[in-house]
Amino acid sequence: MSAAASHNHNRLRSWLHRGFCAAVLIFLVAPVLVVIPLSFNAEPYFTFTEGMLRLDPDAWSLRWYRNVLGEGRWLPALGKSLLIGSGAALIATTLGTLAALGLSSPAMPGRGAVMALLISPMVTPIIITAAGMSFFYSDLGLGQTYTALILAHAVLGAPFVVISVSASLSGYNHDLNRAAANLGADWWTTLRRVQLPLIAPGVFTGALFAFAASFDEVVVVLFIGGPDQRTIPREMWSGIREQISPEILAVATFLIAFAVLLLAAVNWLRQRDYAGVS
Amino acid sequence: MAIALKRWNRQALLAVLLVAPLAIFVAVTFLAPLAAMLVRSVYQPAVAEALPETLAALAEWDGDSLPDEETFRIAGREFVALNERRALGSVATRVNRLESGMRSTLLGTARSLAADTPAASWREAMIAADADWGAIESWLAIRRAGEVITPRYYLNALDLDRGGAGEIVVRPEDRRIYVSLLLRTLLISIAITGICLLLAYPLAWLLAHARPQRAGPLLLLVLVPFWTSLLVRTTSWIVLLQNQGVINDLLVTLGILAEQQRLALIYNMTGTIIAMVHVLLPFMILPLYSIMRTIPERHMQAAASLGASHWQALRRVYWPQSLPGVAAGSLLVFILSIGYYITPALVGGRTGQLISSMIAYHMEQSLNWGLAAALGGILLLLVGTLFFIYDRLAGVDRMRLGG
Repeated sequence: MSAAASHNHNRLRSWLHRGFCAAVLIFLVAPVLVVIPLSFNAEPYFTFTEGMLRLDPDAWSLRWYRNVLGEGRWLPALGKSLLIGSGAALIATTLGTLAALGLSSPAMPGRGAVMALLISPMVTPIIITAAGMSFFYSDLGLGQTYTALILAHAVLGAPFVVISVSASLSGYNHDLNRAAANLGADWWTTLRRVQLPLIAPGVFTGALFAFAASFDEVVVVLFIGGPDQRTIPREMWSGIREQISPEILAVATFLIAFAVLLLAAVNWLRQRDYAGVS
Repeated sequence: MAIALKRWNRQALLAVLLVAPLAIFVAVTFLAPLAAMLVRSVYQPAVAEALPETLAALAEWDGDSLPDEETFRIAGREFVALNERRALGSVATRVNRLESGMRSTLLGTARSLAADTPAASWREAMIAADADWGAIESWLAIRRAGEVITPRYYLNALDLDRGGAGEIVVRPEDRRIYVSLLLRTLLISIAITGICLLLAYPLAWLLAHARPQRAGPLLLLVLVPFWTSLLVRTTSWIVLLQNQGVINDLLVTLGILAEQQRLALIYNMTGTIIAMVHVLLPFMILPLYSIMRTIPERHMQAAASLGASHWQALRRVYWPQSLPGVAAGSLLVFILSIGYYITPALVGGRTGQLISSMIAYHMEQSLNWGLAAALGGILLLLVGTLFFIYDRLAGVDRMRLGG
């Protein structure tokens, strides 16, 4: 093959490669984005009407947003989701941060096995977890309570905190602890004044992940939640299954905005992380 | 030396104390529920508690000929008493799972015995009320339903059953459901993992070796769907794929399809696979990306300058170095897909369901919790084994969240 032909060949391959990647990225993003314009549909359809394509202002409307904000289903659901999500994130972040601190110590015995145990709620199929929890909490008389849901979501969110704080700690210089000790700081002071401020971005990232995990969780809510615990994902679930209406698309648009905000927050935190990892 | 050792011990103690709260929390709120489920898959005391005398009498019975008059009398009285307490229904449902027809036999017999208490032979009265009582199988079913520790849910979950003498037999073909569903779940998961790898590998490469200013925004395009609610993404696929949805409308408008040729893209296995690939793709891209970032691109150039073609360099130089990422991503996607529930439940319709849907069905609809627990136990064993391999191969402590 001549040099010129080989050069053309390489360019062709490079363009094919980029085209393929563009297609994969479109596959990833387009389905998320298509929901947004459709949520402004004036008609109760899930597809673009001719009027929408002609950009006829009458074909576009805010009626589904008015329904979502006005009607008494989604706002209470938001309150319930926030209550469960923040309770779960609080427990998960406290316990997960402590555990990650312990795991980061070179003296920790059985590190790998303990880590695998703490991460296991994240990889266990949610249907199994939910089935087990529904037996467990109803045996305890805690079925259909906020307590059960907060505990359940906390244990599902804790692995995210352990992973993200551990990542922050992996760049942590343990000599700092020794230096603080030499300067007369006890363990608690060292933790509070030296270690926690340095790993704070990892802790907040973990907390956001734990909250987001709870905010999007539906199977455990289906299995152990009662009529009082109809969270946003629970309402979406029944909306998709039973009485599908473009209201769902308006809620979905809010949730996409929420996801973008979360992502921005996590990115911002990562830049603040002195070790540059998360 | 002694001081150093003492200090080491103190540090180890401190580390254990820090980890303990979460470890205990996981044990109580996660492992205990799993244990509760596994217990239910083999331990079913309900029938034994409801029919203690009948089961005691049947324990003496040889199982070859009909039970004696005494056993009939004890059983008949116990059925009537239970029915008066409205507790016979759940027992009858459990016996019915072992021998179909027994539910109506038990309830009907209890009613007619209560209306007309036999003056002479209970045996004749019961057989007159329902001929099933003249069949040995009915009594065997009651005796088996009374076993407190039982393998029957696991047998059921593996499409097996016990014959008259207690030997293990394969269920008749029309009643085999679960093994083929499990195999289908594994096959679909392998397919989804393969598709994800195929789509993710070139993209991860591009992300890993692009200039940082360009890789950053592209990575965001991967992370936005990753962060977006699963229910939102599932809704999007319904909007796109349904019969009157965006893609079908587009194909019809462009004249590629006629109005009546609209494609069935959702509420079947196609829908399940498309939506699951979309949901799981970032779990493949991100581990690949983080491994590929550590592979110097110079290696490919070096291979080329030594005369290797692009494909040779890719296969012999780049691919082996990227294998840790391939293994980590594939195992993660595979583990997540064999237990996936939400997406198949919403977009799978009747034919796109996986093993997890069966667990949900037995939990919520048929209320056969023992069987749900046994199916869960089998799935848990499978996932546990894969997670163990993943830990050995990739190390859970190196797991990262979203890039």
